[in-house]
Amino acid sequence: MTVFLIRRLMQAVVVLFAMSLIVFVGVYAIGNPIDILISPEADQLERERAIHALGLDLPLWEQYFVFLQRALTGDLGRSFAFGAPALQIIVERMPATLELAVAAMGISILVGIPLGMWAGFRPESFGGRAIMAGSILGFSLPTFWVGLMLIMVFAVHLGWLPSTGRGETVEVLGLQLSIFTWNGWTHLLLPAFNLALFKMALVIRLTRAGMRENLLMDYVKFARAKGLSPGRVIFVHVLKNIMIPVVTILGLELGSVIAFAVVTETIFSWPGMGKLIIDSINQLDRPVIVAYLLITVSMFIFINFVVDILYSVLDPRVRLKEMKS
Amino acid sequence: MTASAATGPTLVVDDLRTHFHTRAGVLKAVDGVSFTVDKGRILGLVGESGSGKSVTGFSILGLVDPPGRIAGGRILFNGEDLATASEQRLRDLRGNRIAMIFQDPMMTLNPVLRIDTQMIEALQAHQKMDRKTAFARARDALGQVGIPSPEERLRSYPHQFSGGMRQRVAIAIALLNRPDVIIADEPTTALDVTIQAQILFEAQKLCREVGTALIWITHDLSVVAGLADEICVMYAGRVVEQGPVVDVLDQPLHPYTHGLIGSVPSRNRRGRPLTQIPGMAPSPLSLPAGCSFRTRCPRADAACALPPPMAELLPGRHARCIHPHLEAVAA
Ligand SMILES: Nc1ncnc2c1ncn2[C@@H]1O[C@H](COP(=O)(O)OP(=O)(O)OP(=O)(O)O)[C@@H](O)[C@H]1O
Ligand code: SF4
Ligand SMILES: [Mg+2]
Repeated sequence: MTVFLIRRLMQAVVVLFAMSLIVFVGVYAIGNPIDILISPEADQLERERAIHALGLDLPLWEQYFVFLQRALTGDLGRSFAFGAPALQIIVERMPATLELAVAAMGISILVGIPLGMWAGFRPESFGGRAIMAGSILGFSLPTFWVGLMLIMVFAVHLGWLPSTGRGETVEVLGLQLSIFTWNGWTHLLLPAFNLALFKMALVIRLTRAGMRENLLMDYVKFARAKGLSPGRVIFVHVLKNIMIPVVTILGLELGSVIAFAVVTETIFSWPGMGKLIIDSINQLDRPVIVAYLLITVSMFIFINFVVDILYSVLDPRVRLKEMKS
Repeated sequence: MTASAATGPTLVVDDLRTHFHTRAGVLKAVDGVSFTVDKGRILGLVGESGSGKSVTGFSILGLVDPPGRIAGGRILFNGEDLATASEQRLRDLRGNRIAMIFQDPMMTLNPVLRIDTQMIEALQAHQKMDRKTAFARARDALGQVGIPSPEERLRSYPHQFSGGMRQRVAIAIALLNRPDVIIADEPTTALDVTIQAQILFEAQKLCREVGTALIWITHDLSVVAGLADEICVMYAGRVVEQGPVVDVLDQPLHPYTHGLIGSVPSRNRRGRPLTQIPGMAPSPLSLPAGCSFRTRCPRADAACALPPPMAELLPGRHARCIHPHLEAVAA
């Protein structure tokens, strides 16, 4: 187990280092922030002073070196646009995005697993077919379009739910969260559902496939031959087997939900990291872009790591093997 | 044993028909099977692959997979007809009064549940029992089938057992509630010869001592020879010959049984090539009219175009054939 942890940690460091290099060079290539940051009326001297202050006069490798040195001390640079540390700006917006992502995940699991189980249990029934048709829509409709439709129907036409912003938040453990207020929930529901739609379709598919496959297995018949109730066979024997791939894949998808939040946050003006990164790209706010990408990568690494552990907890067959190697 | 046990044999299968309604037509996997098993007796159910042995076993438990269903006949368990019993009643009996051991030990246990969970639930499904008592019962059952340090092994997962050990676990689960009938569906085919012999010995002992009625499904005649009291030979969903094991194996009446025995290597036939029954088993969807063995039978003639009835050809010996091997008996 310890060896496993150390190995994963070393891998993480290498990936982060490689990522920082790619991101830094990539961002450097997409234009000159000075053109945007400094008013065209500024004179040459002012321009040069600004360039020097931002460290943009140094050669690329030196800029990267300075960046890396600072990054190691936890300083990812100051935002050109906000004048505040990039890391701090991102971390401030992180709870909103995480909250949205977790709520979306929660919705896709709570809705997707029961629907998928039913569709797998009764694939020929009307309900089963309807669920599958729905999941195809979930896969194929573009997120932004669904988002706009949701706003049209629930915010504009029916006026039930607000369409923008986060609503009231409450500070919990130092985090600003909206899931603890009614008003917060009304704001969260539409964007979370929008973000959940694609994953929900995925969960339905995975669960249905797992259900169909497992129901045909001998162990199910043997469980029935023991005289167990159908409930126990489905919700203990089968569900436990289905949960292995579902949890693994969903865990890995959590990263992409956070990344996909960009679209949803933009549509619903949700003040999270996704909206921040779009604004930062528009303003060529390099430190924020770089910091965002690095933090996202770290998050992916961390999530994968947790999923690995979770997977081995769920599946006794990998528990011993994987951990040893 | 239940109160009605005194009224007659433990299990009577009478003209059982189990049909699968497939897109290609009605597949008569079991088509008029009858046999009787009594307390402490062992019935060997033999036949080639696809002859309907497993489906017969599943029919008794009411576990035929769709699109299959019991289309006719009776399954009398202590006098109660299971073919028409409710699902609730069948569930009460399954694993409790009638247990089944499956063909493939690698597939029968749930890979993600510990052995103790899978054993305890089998007990608690049928009687109120606290976990501790159930655990002790499970431990004893594992010990009974010869699993060393059962207490420890109970906390393992199936993948930590070898195939032979898993089958023992499955047998232990079948024994847990001390059933009246055990249906063992080729439980030893996947195991090596020594373990097979051990399990056979234990099965026989159990049956004699506890009085369990045992149905042993196999396609291996040598297994049946040493184990069973009675034998039923199945061909294409029908019983073609039935009788005491010793007599049937010594003096098979039906040409199919004759062929099967010819294909078993035995001591006095050593060195001689194994006789194969010529031809292929017919597709269960398009059986020949009349005797279904006609296409492969060396004795077939025009008379076999009419379905032969099951007839008692010798005392206690039944066969479904118009030209049985009676001349050897007469001589
Ligand atoms: N679920 C099913 N759907 C359709 N046909 C089936 C199904 N299960 C069994 N059958 C058919 O029923 C017939 C009898 O099958 P069964 O499994 O009883 O054979 P068996 O005698 O146990 O053979 P084996 O020795 O290979 O186990 C076969 O022709 C098989 O194709
Ligand atoms: S009835 Fe005819 S075809 Fe059938 S087994 Fe007897 S001899 Fe052969
Ligand atoms: Mg079989």
